[in-house]
Amino acid sequence: MYSAVWVARVTAAAVACLVVSLGVRAGAQQNPQEHPGQYSQADVEAGSRLYSAQCQLCHGLTGDQVAGIDLRRGQFRRANSDEDLARVIATGVPGTAMPPFALQPPEINSVIAFIRAGFDPAGTAVKVGNAARGRQLFEGKGTCTSCHRVNGRGPRVAPDLSDVGAARSPGSLQRSLLDPSSQMMPINRPVRIVTKDGKTIAGRRLNEDTFTVQVIDEQERLVSIDKSTIKSMTVETRSTMPAFAGKLTDEEISDVIAYLLTLRG
Amino acid sequence: MAKKAFVALVLVLAASYGLHAQQVTYDRIVRAAEEPQNWLTYSGGYFSQRYSTLKQIDTTNVKNLEIKWILPNQVFGAWQASPLIVDGIMYLTMRPNDILAVDAKTGRVFWQYRYNNSPDQRVCCGSNNRGVAILGDTLYMATLDAHLVAVDAKNGKPLWNVEVGDPKVGYSMTLSPLVVKDKVIVGVGGGEYGIRGYLTAHDARTGKELWRTYTIPGPGEKGHDSWRGEDWTHGGGSIWVTGSYDPGLNLTYWGVGNPGPDWTPAQRPGDNLYTDSVIALDPDSGAIKWHYQFTPNDGYDYDSVQVAVLADIDFRGAPTKAMLWANRNGFFYVLDRTTGKFLSATPFVKVNWASGHDANGRPIQTPQPAGMPTYPGNQGGTNWFSPSYSPRTGLFYVSAWLDYASIYRRQDVQYQPGRTYAGAFPITRTPVPGAPAPGIGRARPINNWTDAVAHGAVLAIDPKTGQQKWRFDQFDVTESGNLSTAGDLLFTGGREGYFYALDARTGSLLWKSTVGGQIVNGPITYAIDGKQYVAMISGNSLIVYGLRE
Repeated sequence: MYSAVWVARVTAAAVACLVVSLGVRAGAQQNPQEHPGQYSQADVEAGSRLYSAQCQLCHGLTGDQVAGIDLRRGQFRRANSDEDLARVIATGVPGTAMPPFALQPPEINSVIAFIRAGFDPAGTAVKVGNAARGRQLFEGKGTCTSCHRVNGRGPRVAPDLSDVGAARSPGSLQRSLLDPSSQMMPINRPVRIVTKDGKTIAGRRLNEDTFTVQVIDEQERLVSIDKSTIKSMTVETRSTMPAFAGKLTDEEISDVIAYLLTLRG
Repeated sequence: MAKKAFVALVLVLAASYGLHAQQVTYDRIVRAAEEPQNWLTYSGGYFSQRYSTLKQIDTTNVKNLEIKWILPNQVFGAWQASPLIVDGIMYLTMRPNDILAVDAKTGRVFWQYRYNNSPDQRVCCGSNNRGVAILGDTLYMATLDAHLVAVDAKNGKPLWNVEVGDPKVGYSMTLSPLVVKDKVIVGVGGGEYGIRGYLTAHDARTGKELWRTYTIPGPGEKGHDSWRGEDWTHGGGSIWVTGSYDPGLNLTYWGVGNPGPDWTPAQRPGDNLYTDSVIALDPDSGAIKWHYQFTPNDGYDYDSVQVAVLADIDFRGAPTKAMLWANRNGFFYVLDRTTGKFLSATPFVKVNWASGHDANGRPIQTPQPAGMPTYPGNQGGTNWFSPSYSPRTGLFYVSAWLDYASIYRRQDVQYQPGRTYAGAFPITRTPVPGAPAPGIGRARPINNWTDAVAHGAVLAIDPKTGQQKWRFDQFDVTESGNLSTAGDLLFTGGREGYFYALDARTGSLLWKSTVGGQIVNGPITYAIDGKQYVAMISGNSLIVYGLRE
């Protein structure tokens, strides 16, 4: 079933694996508490070496040589979470050209770290958990649906997240969850406007120029205000979104990230 | 009877001869201020003041302006052209290299010339063209693939076409040419492609290149020792904004662009003449008579590709043939245009790359620590768009970017023909990691970066003191040119789609028109049959205003 060439390649890879893993094992034990929810830099680097030795043959230098899979961009056929990736690497996919790889857990960990870092040996690799659990958290304990809208459901007051998985990297999503203000686009800052005739308009800023400001208010109305009618305008630099560091565990955050990554519009 | 007929014939002949003599001569351009109903060269006149003596539209009636006609462009992208007006005809360029002849009263088009651009052309920053020049009945256009073409002004037919540079190694032209006497002068762009820049002068009748002056001196040329080894061969030094000319001194002045590679000064030690300088040339021979360098060994991309504004002013009690220059590096300079002598430099925005200047005008550079912001940022305190000087108010008007900084990262780069040779792009200092930078131009209606990153203003500077007399703030940054008039008006725009008339004396807002598109470059004013008009470009529309009747 498998070609002689392929068998030779896998055998060579397995041999190389044994050789490389001896070097890799030493480097894979780093302090996981330094960056909660992230793989360590050492893991990412180790993963890049393992990848070149084991995976590059079929998946290519930039991870997109196998049809329907782009490892660098997080596009998989049979995996979503890091657990899924680990399973696919360890057991292979029967009936396809993906064989099982006899790697130690820290080694598999390092390859996943490299993939999550977007193939950048110096990049940040965020842990991506279970999307189904993440959805439950998004709609439950996380109370995200009380502000955010996904695929037509939920309020419009906060940004719509229906395609957030296509627009943002795992690292950026993690930063939004841990410290929302750090990722808030300047234009989307919350505003509170009091007009000269005593009205208050509060909401999220959408656009602004020298004479006018455009807002979506707390009742989801689109409002354009002439600045000459404004008595006071406060633009907050802190987001109204709560920070989830401490409210959700690291594992829960990685699950929410997994769910958000499935939202591709 | 016969005598009457003879006199009538003479009168008819005289009148028709008068019509032929309506051609644009060099003398007419020298005296452009005497025919304010026309706009005969890029900046309105050789002193480049972008000032008009027309005053039918003034501070009392400017609120009565209405749109007279609109000419839409079919090609999208920043429209940076400045039109010419010659006896009721508007000559205008459109992307990439089209020329139109338009009736300036009604906006109806007589003819359109389309140039066939080479697929090899490459430009860093948009397929821009800033307009044509005219002499006699011939229009001159510089093209993106570095050709100078001459086109008949009456029927739009091409007359000749000469190559000025090789587009395959990054040479391009975006400027409006300058006609001086019987020559057409142009400069080359490509400062991000490792060119060696130059200015060329061509015979206005045949296009033959009469002289070529390199902005980067070669072996044996004065200033060559400001380069090490072979760095000069890809030294940059582009010229892409139209220069000025003083007929009395017979000197033509041009601003020179950044050195190459842009952001790695350690890779090219030395002052890197004549990058980021103004050079004064003899237009007959091309010889450089003097130079002044604004930013030696530049690591910030502070191109000195600005319009050299000439003005005769009283400076510190002495009548002075001055040159006024708000530079991209954030300083406003006054130079003596006879000799290039440095007279003063005052910051017009926050500046921290230099602490001041020594007595000779050399900046005292204070590079910021790695990772810290440099003020002004990469796009500068101002840039290529037209300033204005009003002899009535004595004020210099410029569109500026305020509270704007960049963080520079140094990274060596290797030259490859046709590829960018610039180094690591600087990061605009934004309050949020990953928040967008203000960039070059604005193609979207949403301002994502906001005033948290930078904001624009029109500054009115008194050249005698360097002090700002007034300031008109805008929320977004601005790339608008400025036009001042004897009606004491200052016309300007910005990125937000507003076109403004300000009181040139005080900066107060007298009128605004919500035109919607970004205004990138200079409004002009002209008159036909005793009626004054103002022409500007917003987004993809050229709009002409006049007084409501």
